Amino acid sequence: MTYRIVHYINQFYAGIGGEEKADHRPELREGFVGPGMQIEKLFNGEGKVVGTVICGDGYYGEHTEEARAACLEMIKSLKPDILFAGPAFNAGRYGFACGDIAASAGEELNIPTVTAMYPENPGVELYSKKTYIAITSDSARGMSKAVPAMVKIGGKLLKGEKMGPARLEGYIHRGIRKSFFHEKSGADRAVEMLLAKLRKEDFRTEYEMPVFNKIPPAAPVKDLKTATIALISSGGIVPKGNPDHIRVSSAESFGSYDISEIKNMTPDNYESIHGGYDREWANQDPDVVLPLDIMRELEAEGVFAKIHPIFYTTTGTGTAVANAERFGQEIGEELKKAGVDAAILTST
Amino acid sequence: MRLELHKIHITGLDFADETYTSGGTLFINKNEAEALIAEDRRFAKVELDLACPGESKRIIPVKDVIEPRVKIEKKSYFPGFFAPMEKTGSGKTLVLDGAAVVTCGPIVAFQEGFIDMSGPGAQYTPFSQTRNIVLYVEPVENLEKHLYEAALREAGLKLAVYFAKCCADKEWKADEIQVFEKGDTFEETQKYPDLPKVIYVCMNITQGLLHDTYLYANDLRPALPTLLHPNEVLDGAMVSGNCVSACDKNTTWHHLHNPIVQSLYARHGKDINFLGMIPTQESTVLDGKLRAAAMNLSIAQQLGADGAIISEEGYGNPDTDLCLNAKFFENAGIKTVLVSDESAGTDGASQSLADATPELDAFISTGNVNEMIEVPAMDKVIGCKEAISLLSGGAEESLRSDGSMFVELQSVIASTAEIGFNKLGCEWI
Repeated sequence: MTYRIVHYINQFYAGIGGEEKADHRPELREGFVGPGMQIEKLFNGEGKVVGTVICGDGYYGEHTEEARAACLEMIKSLKPDILFAGPAFNAGRYGFACGDIAASAGEELNIPTVTAMYPENPGVELYSKKTYIAITSDSARGMSKAVPAMVKIGGKLLKGEKMGPARLEGYIHRGIRKSFFHEKSGADRAVEMLLAKLRKEDFRTEYEMPVFNKIPPAAPVKDLKTATIALISSGGIVPKGNPDHIRVSSAESFGSYDISEIKNMTPDNYESIHGGYDREWANQDPDVVLPLDIMRELEAEGVFAKIHPIFYTTTGTGTAVANAERFGQEIGEELKKAGVDAAILTST
Repeated sequence: MRLELHKIHITGLDFADETYTSGGTLFINKNEAEALIAEDRRFAKVELDLACPGESKRIIPVKDVIEPRVKIEKKSYFPGFFAPMEKTGSGKTLVLDGAAVVTCGPIVAFQEGFIDMSGPGAQYTPFSQTRNIVLYVEPVENLEKHLYEAALREAGLKLAVYFAKCCADKEWKADEIQVFEKGDTFEETQKYPDLPKVIYVCMNITQGLLHDTYLYANDLRPALPTLLHPNEVLDGAMVSGNCVSACDKNTTWHHLHNPIVQSLYARHGKDINFLGMIPTQESTVLDGKLRAAAMNLSIAQQLGADGAIISEEGYGNPDTDLCLNAKFFENAGIKTVLVSDESAGTDGASQSLADATPELDAFISTGNVNEMIEVPAMDKVIGCKEAISLLSGGAEESLRSDGSMFVELQSVIASTAEIGFNKLGCEWI
């Protein structure tokens, strides 16, 4: 079969004009225009550029909604198997347009999309997670390399071939970690990396350190005697039978349960389902993880006003930081709405 | 110190009237071996089974894996367990290379894993390539879990030593002799004054609650970081007592084969001067973490280390130990490379570590523990297939009615071993 290719370019690469023509409205032309010729050539008979959508960079940037809708309509009418956009090199507005139309077409038409940019193009940060962006040099002088890079990735996507690591395939990664088999063991790679480091040679770390969001702690409770305090735990304490099927590890959900009638956690009403620690004692007395018993005593003594009737729980082992952040935001929101003054978080 | 590993290459397993090796096959007297383990009254049921590469078999839940070994003259192994308390690392050791004892049983509520001998799951674990003697046990009723852990840990070691001893008592011939020889750090430094001095820091889960590692039969948790000659590591000084996520606990087999020790040893006298290994702790409290990192550094500095490889065991909480080690060493001018797996979420889109520090600029990845894999049903399940619902990386819905499973990589034993045995590693996509 011959793949139906649609190509998106700006007014400049369509030969319409430079900045003075940047307000050029979306236009559809049959076949290839400009760099599309090389795309079709590289497909070697396996693909044909059935149409080229052209839009001025200024117009796309200033009338994004209209431009996107018009371009999508044109693309859709051509029933493409794939959309290529650009290359945009380091042109900011062109990068934005390429990224936006590629991401939108991918989402709306469910087809693979590929564009190409210089890593510092602002379009990269906006769209690298939503489309494949082949890496190019910063100017059109890199055209002879940029188009083959796009076509190589597009070809793999069309044929459903296994996509390797971004750095080897030549695209800007989409922020996803995936396991691959290396040629050498981890131990051998570690020794080689250390030798390079000792010799002051270049080496490539296999994971760049993430930057954590620092959350400032809330202000201290002003008057404990009038405070409502919530209990939260990542220790996997759930009502017996785990009614909401919270996972034993790598949790993707949290539970919230009414404890207003409960004075004490016992093996009859609560249990730990946590997959990361020895549950023996927690199951004999869940209060060792979620200290409800002692909190009820302090509540009765009037040390604070009351325990919030709902407690929140999940399993904190192998839990993705992204999920943990979401749990925190959602639980925090609920506590805020309920007028809770403070929370005790117990971990394991 | 000179260690000779006299290896018989085991290429087959079979039950027979006595235990011995011949023509690469390990013949096993099943009744005698089972009776030996059943001597321990803490077991209600003891059963041996065999699993070889390529077979349609799943072993679940697996606790530990041990290579059958024995000192040729003393006929014992693992000091403090099945050998008198004495120094390891010198003399001659018989190794049933390619054979492995796999301990298995209804140990749920601990964290164990599974081994597939064929299919797509097999590529993630080294134990799909070993000839496995599976020791399946059931404890007596109400056996306290910590006693059960100790019983099963010891049973695996006992069986492994028993097999090797039986073979050593009969006629045998080594297929290969591997020699590890290195002098003390002062001799070696005089010999190789210009080579960079490198130390290996092996972090171990020492959190109590069934998360423990043993050095010379001593629980490492209340211990302090110390220094070992690499030969001691490769000759039975370290034993796993870990009931923690399967993917990245160092099994006893891994300690015996420690690939970082072996890889550094191979470069000793050529590219580096290998100083030895520091077995160290992963404490649950901050002071413990700081103490271990400070003392690791102190040992490295006393020896004049220029570089260090540091491997983690486990994920999450010990990421902080990893970061502290990197920070302390780098700030003291010792170049480091850290080896760890990643918890990037089932979609791979989350950040991978629970802690971070800018000094950690040389990271070796051993894979994403959360990555989902699909494994088909096997013809035979050794153990209990339902156990997957309670293992880290498994869930209630993991086991499908047709026997196939959809699970996280972390439920496969040693799939992301941070001791660097496998070739798996994460990349950006």
